[in-house]
Amino acid sequence: MKSTQRISLVLLLAICGLGAACGGGSSAKSNSSNTITAGGQNVAAVSVNGGPNNDYANGVFVSVTVCVPSTSTCQTVPDVLVDTGSSGLRILSSALTISLPQQQGASGPVAECLPFVSGFTWGPVQTADVSLAGEKASGVPVQVIDTSTFPVPSQCSAFGSSMNTLSALGSNGLLGVGLAAADCGTTCAQTSSPDLYWQCPSSGCQPALEAVAQQVTNPVAMFSNDNNGVILELPSVSSPEPSVSGSLVFGIGTQSNNALSAQTVYTVDQFGNFTTAYKGQSYNGSFLDSGSNGYFFLDQATTGIQDCTIATGFYCPSTTQNLTATNQGTNGSSGTVNFSVANAETLFNSNNFAFGDLGGPGQDFDWGLPFFYGRNVYVAIEGKSNPGGTGPFWAY
Amino acid sequence: MKVRFLSALAARCAQPHLAIGMALVAISMNAFAVLGGSEASVQADRTHMQASLKITPKSAYTVHELTLPSGTIVREYAANGTVFAVAWEGPWPPDLEQLMGSYFQTYHEAVLARSGNNRGRKPVNIELPGLVARMGGHPRFFKGHAYVPEQMPQGVKEEEIR
Repeated sequence: MKSTQRISLVLLLAICGLGAACGGGSSAKSNSSNTITAGGQNVAAVSVNGGPNNDYANGVFVSVTVCVPSTSTCQTVPDVLVDTGSSGLRILSSALTISLPQQQGASGPVAECLPFVSGFTWGPVQTADVSLAGEKASGVPVQVIDTSTFPVPSQCSAFGSSMNTLSALGSNGLLGVGLAAADCGTTCAQTSSPDLYWQCPSSGCQPALEAVAQQVTNPVAMFSNDNNGVILELPSVSSPEPSVSGSLVFGIGTQSNNALSAQTVYTVDQFGNFTTAYKGQSYNGSFLDSGSNGYFFLDQATTGIQDCTIATGFYCPSTTQNLTATNQGTNGSSGTVNFSVANAETLFNSNNFAFGDLGGPGQDFDWGLPFFYGRNVYVAIEGKSNPGGTGPFWAY
Repeated sequence: MKVRFLSALAARCAQPHLAIGMALVAISMNAFAVLGGSEASVQADRTHMQASLKITPKSAYTVHELTLPSGTIVREYAANGTVFAVAWEGPWPPDLEQLMGSYFQTYHEAVLARSGNNRGRKPVNIELPGLVARMGGHPRFFKGHAYVPEQMPQGVKEEEIR
């Protein structure tokens, strides 16, 4: 089934690449709300589907090519989750057939424990040349997710569930194309206390400082061109679908196919957040995250939307809720968002994988993948200039 | 286990100086049970997490606010000598094993159980009879809280735990 989907996608892209019945030029596949760029040296095809385990709801996947630096020893890893909520490439060791060189610290090989809300990834930091579409980044620090090279420290497992296997992760890896370049930034260069970076001599792993340039880094920020951000483009999903196709476009305002013009720019605070106003209250810890699989916001007591009993962690209203909120950037820009939350158990029972109205409880507003359907969302990387200003910011 | 028992004993102790003494014993044994533990154990957290501390008395409880070296802020809510809730917000999560003390195992098991239902990546929302815990955010921003419902002073609402 999956190979059939891929063939369809390839066919679609091939047809659109010829400009046939797709709107002409480099833009193609119009739908009611947005236009998705097809083809091009700076465009990677992405697909929402069930992922390698055929069980992932609202996951958007891409293929990434990694090479031993400065060699032609390469491998293309499919089914890597595109995550605007984190930064850096992480690949399961079980999905890798090539051996990448290990990053060495002063007292031993470097490993990382990266906490996510849903669990942590653990494994050695290694170096790769990374290619997506026609773009290439050389010498990128990446995390190889693996619990056998070095044992997981207890401070790491305290972050929650282990996402270090294919079944737990639901993908072959994560491509973090968020607002940051390095995953941790100056904090981890100044203190080892977050327990993210470790050095692992034979006596055992210990928390360690990690210079920003050595940290696991968003490969886009290291491309030689089109390196100031990405645009994630997905069609609208008005009813559940088994799969949808879209594009991950590299660069903002660097090519004819990635201009920033009519979109509204939402700048963020030091944590990468903006404010969402909902029913008269403001929530300043709000963000866009293609790696979250629903609209996650507030709780049952605040929203009056019933929690699911079987699909725990999601909302299960008896009738679909049509809601409105307003996003406000730290630059004062604002825009209304209309969104719907349907019964998650009903959605899951439909045996589809793309859901435009999947939601659940969360902290403030986590605008997950449903937000990206029918929008072209610009992710401007910190410290890099583009026609809308200097990142970090979102635009849509 | 033994150490957790000591902390619980300290929490129940009526005389403050004895409670502190018991807490110090707990510290020396490397136990930092806080949620559900004695208010004095906040000091153990401060030491363990190399944090600065600010105390704000409210009508129904006292808030002990710790700022960690990573910039993450931890708030511990205490009433009647017991920490009944903890909250955190900042770039990286605090040491939750330290912060949740004897409740950590319950939390961890609940987190592991929910990941069995692999429907993708979503925030933590755990509601058990003896523990409520929630966490959301993304790398460079984590926000969460946990509380023991039966230890919440009367009239205190969950939205105050932030």
